[in-house]
Amino acid sequence: MAAVLNWEFIVGHANYWLGIILMMTGLYVVVSRGNLVKKIVGLNMFQTSVFMLYISMGKISGGTAPIATGNPEEVYSNPLPHVLILTAIVVGVATTALGLALIVRIREEYETIEEDNILDIENAMQRDEDREAGSMI
Amino acid sequence: MSVQTALILTLVIPFVAAILNMVLRNHDNMRDGMTFLASVLLFGTVVFLVSNYNNNANQAIMLLSVMPGLTISLNLEPLGLLFAMIASGLWIITHIFGVGYMRGNNEEHHTRFFTSFCVAIFATMGIAFSANMFTLFIFYELLTVSTYPLVAHKQTPEAKLGARTYMGILMGTSIGFLLVAVVWTWQVAGTLDFVQGGILDGKIAGAMVPILLALYVFGIGKAAIMPFHRWLPAAMVAPTPVSALLHAVAVVKAGVFTMLKVGIYIFGIDFLSQTGASEWLVWLASASILIASLIAMTKDNLKARLAYSTVSQLSYITLGMALATSMGALGGGMQIAMHAMGKITLFMCAGAIYVATHKTKISEMTGLGRAMPFTFIAFLIGSLSIIGIPPLGGSWSKWLLMVGAADANQKFAIAVLMISSLLNVAYMLPIVGRGFFLKAPVAAPVGAAVSPTSRFAEAPLLCVLPPVLTAIGTILLFFYAGQIEAFLLPIVSAQQ
Amino acid sequence: MLATFAPLSGFLLHLPILQVIIPLITAPIVVVIGIARIGWLLAFLASIASLVVSYLLLMQVIDGSVISYQIGGWAPPLGIEYRVDAANAFVLLILSVISTVVLPYAKTSVEKEIRAGSQTLFYTAYLLCFTGLLGVVITGDAFNVFVFLEISSLSTYVLVAMGAERDKRALTAAFDYLVMGTIGATFFVIGIGLLYMMTGTLNIVDLASRLEPLSGNRTVQAAFAFIVVGIGLKLAIYPLHLWLPNAYTYAPSAVTSFLAATATKVAIYVLLRFMFSVFAPEFSLASGALQYIILPFGVIAMFAASIVAVFQADLKRTLAYSSVAQIGYMLLGIGYFSNTGLSATMIQLFNHAVTKAALFMAVGALVYRTGTSFIPKLAGLGRQMPWTSAAIVAGGLSLIGIPTTVGFISKWVLLTGALEKDWWWMAILIVASSLIAVIYIWQVVEVLYLKEPENETVVKEAPLSMLLPIWTLIIASFYFGLDTELTLTSARAAADAFIGAVSPIAGASQ
Repeated sequence: MAAVLNWEFIVGHANYWLGIILMMTGLYVVVSRGNLVKKIVGLNMFQTSVFMLYISMGKISGGTAPIATGNPEEVYSNPLPHVLILTAIVVGVATTALGLALIVRIREEYETIEEDNILDIENAMQRDEDREAGSMI
Repeated sequence: MSVQTALILTLVIPFVAAILNMVLRNHDNMRDGMTFLASVLLFGTVVFLVSNYNNNANQAIMLLSVMPGLTISLNLEPLGLLFAMIASGLWIITHIFGVGYMRGNNEEHHTRFFTSFCVAIFATMGIAFSANMFTLFIFYELLTVSTYPLVAHKQTPEAKLGARTYMGILMGTSIGFLLVAVVWTWQVAGTLDFVQGGILDGKIAGAMVPILLALYVFGIGKAAIMPFHRWLPAAMVAPTPVSALLHAVAVVKAGVFTMLKVGIYIFGIDFLSQTGASEWLVWLASASILIASLIAMTKDNLKARLAYSTVSQLSYITLGMALATSMGALGGGMQIAMHAMGKITLFMCAGAIYVATHKTKISEMTGLGRAMPFTFIAFLIGSLSIIGIPPLGGSWSKWLLMVGAADANQKFAIAVLMISSLLNVAYMLPIVGRGFFLKAPVAAPVGAAVSPTSRFAEAPLLCVLPPVLTAIGTILLFFYAGQIEAFLLPIVSAQQ
Repeated sequence: MLATFAPLSGFLLHLPILQVIIPLITAPIVVVIGIARIGWLLAFLASIASLVVSYLLLMQVIDGSVISYQIGGWAPPLGIEYRVDAANAFVLLILSVISTVVLPYAKTSVEKEIRAGSQTLFYTAYLLCFTGLLGVVITGDAFNVFVFLEISSLSTYVLVAMGAERDKRALTAAFDYLVMGTIGATFFVIGIGLLYMMTGTLNIVDLASRLEPLSGNRTVQAAFAFIVVGIGLKLAIYPLHLWLPNAYTYAPSAVTSFLAATATKVAIYVLLRFMFSVFAPEFSLASGALQYIILPFGVIAMFAASIVAVFQADLKRTLAYSSVAQIGYMLLGIGYFSNTGLSATMIQLFNHAVTKAALFMAVGALVYRTGTSFIPKLAGLGRQMPWTSAAIVAGGLSLIGIPTTVGFISKWVLLTGALEKDWWWMAILIVASSLIAVIYIWQVVEVLYLKEPENETVVKEAPLSMLLPIWTLIIASFYFGLDTELTLTSARAAADAFIGAVSPIAGASQ
């Protein structure tokens, strides 16, 4: 179980390393960027890393495309992860589209897509409400 | 009419009355007349139950089963019958008084008031006839919720604050402690039925017994044992009829009634005395009695003084249970009746004084006795009963409690009872004395040239008659005490 | 009886797929027709059909049997399997009941809160959301769970954003929800990917059997962590709840009522399914998730969210935080890891759905008449809208857990579970936290009844089409507080389905 961190281990798991890097980059972008569009971009990267994880998982070294040739000796990659990821990509695209649509609407209402500015506006609204509440209680 | 039908009727009557109250909200006279009729009917039904009570027959009714083994059921037993009789009997009188008070005082929201009142009586009947702790708990909570609008009735900031304290403490203790105690009991005993001799014997032992008892005692916030007594004075912001019925009779009595039920039917007197689990409660109740009496002496507001007096008197009942002797339990049961009659007299007198003069402070009542002789004489009789002077009802319950304390070999408790009586004298009688013997101040602060003694007369008849009746009641109770005792005896007979 | 009639027996055989396909097919039809009123009618009919289906399903499995339905005739584990047992049939029933009750209410509410052009789209999104939730519950395939989860989530984002016509903050609420929800779903999918990597299967039953020998495996543990956190985001487990208050506050009233009653419940179900069916119960326990994550966060949620709820000026937001707290109770039941505990979770699932839907609908009715759910502006409405206000009080009592309400039953079972394990301190924590509910409910009651209205404008009582659904649920919340036969039996059956009738640990404690 105890994995030794040697060269072979690192190279042998290259797809995972890439997946992790991509995932963390995406997550970092989501958290750190104030621009809503950039957040969506980050979210996309994040999702893409998972697609990579799935697809690399189905790959069998030396395997070909999974097409039935009638040859029982034929080694081919597992097609199921690809199919799954096709679905996931569709979901991802839908999410992105919806996110962007929301951003358009936010832009219409708030006239900005910077999170800080939006928060300022919302905090001001909140303060007004609280003041009203305070005066009425 | 079978006993079962009558038992159901005790719940149906006030419930229907509550609904009719809402239906007749635009017809004041019809609404109040109907409620009066309902109260008389209810009292009649309870009297019927009492006269047909048979100690040996099982007259339980199961209304519905909530979970396997957990049912909402009603049953008859002497303590509950006594409680129901007091509550329903005093409902008639308080209703009359309430109508007089609300109209004489031009209060608003009559329908909400009388509807909540009916629901509260409904809950009280449920508590009185509960066959198990689960049913009792349900009605106990209903009583809290239904009396909330009554306490907050005036809708002033003080009323709201008082109602908040009321709700907070009663809800807090009942959910915070009582619910845990009930579930715990269910967990260990597998039943919540009220059984002669208790259900916990052998199911729970050691330090767990006093802990469970503490959960019950503090959970029953309505019994106003210190330190959870604050709600009672806070609830005095309510209109006087509410204070009278609910805080001298229904709510607080529901509390101590539950306390007795828990002591007698859940733990069992024998079990308590064997384990000594209630030893600490004797001390707590004693402290509660004395401290509350002392606080009462410092209060100038008449209702606040009465409220603290109630806190003190209620702890007598808790003490009776904690003594874990049959005499103590009997004395506790007796005290429920005696104190109810005495205290409601006092509250209604306070209400009558308020209606007639709008005075709430004792220091302002100087010389008022001459203007309102009936009210003050009733007040005197009520006070004497609370103090425990024969030939008034209150003397018997104190007597039994003292016998109980002697049985339990708690000399300390006897001393407490005696000191408390002296304190009662000290905070009750000066009010009467001030009313009768001191001269009224000549220059009336009201600004009129007429002297207050000639200006103020008795409150309206509907406000004066009820306290006079209950004052007579305290005298009657003295002579019928033997019958009550005989009636209550079965609740402890198994222990003898 | 029914099975003897040939066409009907065929119908009965296909119940599991019908459950999902009816609302799914109705959704595009609603768009094509494009008339709001017909759209509503179709949605309502679909919802009633779902109710019938889920009821029939529950009746078939309540004795503990399992229905397995193979999509397209492909046998599991290769094909996608729909699998109905007592646990998910119970959840399906809750979903369709709530939907059927909320839709009549939604008609009135939506006409007021959403502009005419978007109303058909609203019903489409609603149906898709409903489909997604049903699908998540009924499917027996792990990846299929993800797909349905995303169907419901995406349509939920849309529904929440539709509140923008009343308050523009609905848009940012929806956006935040979208970001968090997507992260959660992605985590979930990573977890499933890791499981697939280890076992080569996606079928839940198959997964469970193949995971058994792998319980110490690091990859499986990682998968477990990803799945729990991923669902935790959807579920609004305490520190992951940040999207919930805003989404519930600014979404249209009908949406809030529906979501509050269903979305988190479905997430709870998925969590249970994975914790107890996929990973063996022992695995969940060994990995410490129950004791060190679920239980403490449940307790924290109970307190923290309740306390925050006290200080909210918007009634919808108060209720939203209260939802987070109530989710804490459900987590607590899971954390007990006993039959009683799981029964408590399942019964709380139902009870809270009924209560919260009623409360949110009642608040929606206030919004309908007064345009606001801002607590200070509700002064004196107790007299002007007596039925709506009474519903809020009744629902509030159930949240507090007053006897004769469903809230009391939940609390009772939860307390029994705690005391069964001799966790008396837990019992005290439970009741203490429900006391906080007294505070936030009672301050609303005071405003409704004891404050005189600010201005003299006459506010009418809510229309009957709103009152009826509200009171249906309120009456249900009292009925099931008195007669627990159906709910408790179903909850027990569901708990048995998850943990097995005689779980070693629950047995040992007795």
